[in-house]
Amino acid sequence: MNSFQLLNGLTFAALLFVVASGFTLVFGLLRIVNLSHGALYLLGGYIGYSTATATGSFVLGMLAAMLGVAAVGLVLDQGLLRFVRGQELRQVLLSLGVALVLNDLALVIWGGDSFTVPTPQALFGAVPVLDTFYPKYRLFVLGMGVLVFVLLWLLLNHTRLGALIRAGVDDPEMVEASGVNIRRVFVLTFLLGCALAGLGGVMGGAFLALYPSADAEILVFSLAVVVIGGRGSLVGAAIGAVLVGLLNTMGQVWFPELAYFVIFGPMAALLAFRPLGLLGRAV
Amino acid sequence: MNRGVMWLLALLAAAVMPLVLSSYHVDLATRILIFAVLAMSIDVLAGFVGRTSLCHGAIFGVATYVVIWAMAKAGLPAAPAFLSGVLAATLVAALFGLLAVRTSGVYFLLLTVALGMVVWGICLRWTGVTGGENGLRGQDMRPGFLLARENFYWLVLAVAALTAWAMQRFVNSPFGLSLRGIRDSESRMRALGYNVPLHLFVGFAVSGFFAGVAGALYAFFNEYVSPSSVAMGQSVAGLLMAIVGGIGTLFGSFIGAAAIILLENTVSWYTDRWQAVLGLVFILTMIFAPEGILGTVRRLAAPKGRAR
Repeated sequence: MNSFQLLNGLTFAALLFVVASGFTLVFGLLRIVNLSHGALYLLGGYIGYSTATATGSFVLGMLAAMLGVAAVGLVLDQGLLRFVRGQELRQVLLSLGVALVLNDLALVIWGGDSFTVPTPQALFGAVPVLDTFYPKYRLFVLGMGVLVFVLLWLLLNHTRLGALIRAGVDDPEMVEASGVNIRRVFVLTFLLGCALAGLGGVMGGAFLALYPSADAEILVFSLAVVVIGGRGSLVGAAIGAVLVGLLNTMGQVWFPELAYFVIFGPMAALLAFRPLGLLGRAV
Repeated sequence: MNRGVMWLLALLAAAVMPLVLSSYHVDLATRILIFAVLAMSIDVLAGFVGRTSLCHGAIFGVATYVVIWAMAKAGLPAAPAFLSGVLAATLVAALFGLLAVRTSGVYFLLLTVALGMVVWGICLRWTGVTGGENGLRGQDMRPGFLLARENFYWLVLAVAALTAWAMQRFVNSPFGLSLRGIRDSESRMRALGYNVPLHLFVGFAVSGFFAGVAGALYAFFNEYVSPSSVAMGQSVAGLLMAIVGGIGTLFGSFIGAAAIILLENTVSWYTDRWQAVLGLVFILTMIFAPEGILGTVRRLAAPKGRAR
């Protein structure tokens, strides 16, 4: 594997981290496995694409995607998921239904063609990295991944909200008993998770393209990341993302026909020994 | 009227259907029966072991792929092809079972999603064998006496009735009862000395076998298979049929499969938005009727004060 492929793996890992961090936060705190996370990613990508082409601004595209997807998330949480609170399986299956609906909706609005979010002029071209030339935009994605990790880490470890989220992951009843409105923390976390999916959609939409089944692919990759890393663990998601990103690149280089197997084989094996993932804890 | 007589009458009614229905509707009924078997195989796990699977569509699809491949590419006759399809599906299910028995609840569901995606990914990318995006097409796969759609329908009906009976026996056998024990309390069964992982493994493999039977029948019905037959949508549809019929009712799957397929058929007349409608059905079922049609009927019909 040369350095170009290594960078490919790492930039893909950065994207996966952004998407999966939102997934793992929601999974860890709310105990909701949001199977519509992939659909939210795709929706974010499409919103970003439309905004960026209309306004010519990539940054506006990212903001619009995050806000738009968070808004959808609010409707999803308050309008649907509230009816099945506390019932894990019903929540999962309901979010699956939501994914089908959102996807079909996206198909109606944006059609079945594949789109690429236009990147800003400043990120055109390539720069020399290590012993190769590498596209600037993908380095930007890598930077964004690191930035999101740092921001989330600061949020979780150095703010009151973060402390509440961490406490909520461990024991929501206790947090509530100490007089905190845990429901509000839940909603905020859910919106944050959705916004991250939307952000990922724009970031990924600029180099992986957006098409009707892109949601399932990214969802499965995020599942792998979260299952490997352990639910609710930010560091676990980062480790999982790097592992999955690199394995995916290796798989595509060496066994293109079995690329999926290269990721899910190790994942399944890991589950057999650590069913809760690398950094997951039993609740 | 006891339940056995009721089901016998239903079987009789199903058997005379081709005499009154148009050929189009006979095909529709055949499809319903095949998917009912898939939904029942999912219900065996979901209703009696407490494990909701989202990879049975993939197991089903493996059988379809293998049957069509065996006939179109390897030149096998119909019966060995059918058997090899079922065998392949059972083996895949056994492999999945080895991995999945360590998990439960949502983790089980996630793992099965991932496993299902592996199958899908392989079918899509392994173009040399699976034909990739284009899929595989079989030709004149049914042996002569099954060419008439009524005959094929009767065969499918017989297989469906047989598998339904077998699954009913399975979940009510001592082994099935211990599976229910695991569903209700894994730790208690472990404390009683049951080998829980082994039970789960066998349960998974048996359920995969029945999904494989459905998939192999589907190969002869459709004579075409593509990656969408093993995609998540197939697993989702199967699970939804089981849920709509009523998880844990087994025979409810016939009602669920009929409801979903007839709905799809009707909706497709008016709009292309079947995916969205399917999603809505899922959402509404989860919110309003999680115990499904037959489950609701049984709850209402049950004497007051005695839980099912």
